[in-house]
Amino acid sequence: MRRRRALWFWVFVGPFALGLALFTYVPLLWSVGLSFFDAHNTVTPTHFVGLGNYTAMLRDDAFTDSLKTFLVFTAFIVPVTYVFSLSLALMVNRVRRVRAFFRSVFFLPAACSYVVAALIWKMSLFSGVRFGLANTVLGWFGGDPVAWLSTPDPPWYWLVLVTVRLWLQAGFYMILFLAGLQRIDPVLYEAAAVDGARPGWTVLRHITLPQLRATSVAVVLLLVVNAFQAFDEFYNLLSDARGYPPYARPPLVYLYYVALGQGQNLGLGSAGAVILALVVVVVTVGQARWLRLGRTDGDG
Amino acid sequence: MGSFSRRTLLVAGAGAGLLTACGSNTGREGGGSGPGLSQWYHQYGEAGTERAVQRYAAAFREARVTVQWRPGNYDQQTAAALLTDSGPDVFEVNGPTLDQIQGGQVLDLTELLEGVKDDFSPAVLTPKTYDGRVWGIPQVVDTQLLYYRKSLLGDAGVEPPTTLDALVDAARELTGDKVKGLFLGNDGGAGVLGGTPLYAAGLQLVTDDGKAGFDDPAAARTLGKLHQLYADKSLLLGAPSDWSDPSAFLQGLTAMQWSGLWALPQVRKELGDDFGVLPFPADGGHGRPSVPVGAYGAAVSARSTHQEAAKAYVKWLWVDRTDYQEDFALSYGFHIPARLSLARKATKLRQGPAADVVRFTTDHGYAQPLLWTPASQTAYQDALSRIIRNGASPERELRTVVRKVSAELDRVKNAKKTP
Repeated sequence: MRRRRALWFWVFVGPFALGLALFTYVPLLWSVGLSFFDAHNTVTPTHFVGLGNYTAMLRDDAFTDSLKTFLVFTAFIVPVTYVFSLSLALMVNRVRRVRAFFRSVFFLPAACSYVVAALIWKMSLFSGVRFGLANTVLGWFGGDPVAWLSTPDPPWYWLVLVTVRLWLQAGFYMILFLAGLQRIDPVLYEAAAVDGARPGWTVLRHITLPQLRATSVAVVLLLVVNAFQAFDEFYNLLSDARGYPPYARPPLVYLYYVALGQGQNLGLGSAGAVILALVVVVVTVGQARWLRLGRTDGDG
Repeated sequence: MGSFSRRTLLVAGAGAGLLTACGSNTGREGGGSGPGLSQWYHQYGEAGTERAVQRYAAAFREARVTVQWRPGNYDQQTAAALLTDSGPDVFEVNGPTLDQIQGGQVLDLTELLEGVKDDFSPAVLTPKTYDGRVWGIPQVVDTQLLYYRKSLLGDAGVEPPTTLDALVDAARELTGDKVKGLFLGNDGGAGVLGGTPLYAAGLQLVTDDGKAGFDDPAAARTLGKLHQLYADKSLLLGAPSDWSDPSAFLQGLTAMQWSGLWALPQVRKELGDDFGVLPFPADGGHGRPSVPVGAYGAAVSARSTHQEAAKAYVKWLWVDRTDYQEDFALSYGFHIPARLSLARKATKLRQGPAADVVRFTTDHGYAQPLLWTPASQTAYQDALSRIIRNGASPERELRTVVRKVSAELDRVKNAKKTP
């Protein structure tokens, strides 16, 4: 019987473990290996260059710029999504009837593909010509059409990039907040009311937010990691057949062009990927420590 | 035991699913016998091209050729496929790039051109030649040019511009509430123009002795004028389709558009005689008109298991079968045949705007040199984008680019050529 269990354990776990090793860990280690070689157009390089790729990458303005782009994007998207999805959750939580309906409606965009949403944002909502939706609205108020994605000054492209991601992910985080809200003991609110706390800001500030602490930490962490992984909407909104503009180029987009475009500098690209992975680890661990991840709600 | 058999079924089902997933084959089998070859093309926009290349492949008798028509980022796909054994035997490539040649990823095809080398347009054969050897057989000559709407220029009293200054003025004059003066792509021109303005200033990307060819005050002067176009708000930006598609021009969103010769049949169909064509206009005392040409070439992967058959197929299709080459160049999209003899014969290229294009391509055509690697290209294109759209100082931007390009040229000069 025990042998049988072991057999079935491997039948079920084996393929996934194998897939994980083959498609995740082997390429990961291979990439770390590549980062120490001059690997133009090859994955089996012979010319060892030590830390050459790392110094080249860290001295590259384009790479440091891409890290700045990530910081700017995070500074926009994390607070905006946090506030917006929390507001949605508070509203939906207060609705007595048809709550399931609103929950589903707000969650629906999360099921949409980033590529599709990016194309809709680019082609119809924020098209640069006068018949794009945003420009039509501007036209009603007598404004000139704006080329939303093509002008770096003023940087209107951030509006497009942030709104598309906000639309796509707010519903998902709303569900996380809803789950958190429903775990708050109603007795707390009753006690607060008895003590004379006015519903609204005071209750939110002193009861709801502290009680949502664990959820908030998880949400912020997820938002930051997701912002690090940004690729889809940037690539689909801003790239064209001839490449990618030098602005709003997050790290993954930059590395994609270095390593996988016709450049095929796989050593340099791998070095960039390793640096990026280290940054993600440091940021995540630091954030988790600082926000004391793992404490339960109400531990204060 | 009931649960056991359900599990067995599940495992078996998953296995079968995996097997069927591996069995996809998007190509069509050729008609020949002998070894199987796979040939890749990027997705051409013009109707009929895919059927045509499948017809050619099916007519080859010495091998069974399977054509794969690959939409999406073709250059990235081939670059990745060349690293593995599952890539194509024969593929068209916007190159091959110098690193692909130096990395030994493509085969030397010099012998295929024996006796007919002089019949290939030198403008497109030169960038496929390295160390005196040929690494790709040019399929067609693709030319880019400036389309303008005669009626709109006439209404505004603007002459077709023959200098860059005149182009800047014309674009400003032609810009109105509903129509912009000029469309150079949604990025303002940095991507598609590339080195074209430098050649218009009498400079080049890489000199014959392998140095950066734009370390010159004239370069900064010329590129600065492109910013003027942007600052004047004469450029169409954010159009639904990009420069390679003539839609913006045909829909009347712009009075002039930079696009390719391939768009000419469509433009003629929609606008009749109400359009003209121009090269990129000259700038400065040493300037001359500038006409970028490109060529997809047929190359053979060094990882092919049937290298001789693959070479024989390339020779058969892109050297011997001139009837197919003519059909490919002229029957679907609109390209100049890579063979001079075919280009001279082509009646479609002898009249109207097409004849103008052939003339100025012959006189002023330039192709990106092989030494202009993707890394140089990216550095230059980023700088050009900042000059055009951010109004960055052309002198300072170009100084940085010259430094990066020189380092890159040194790298490829020193790169060991593996056989």
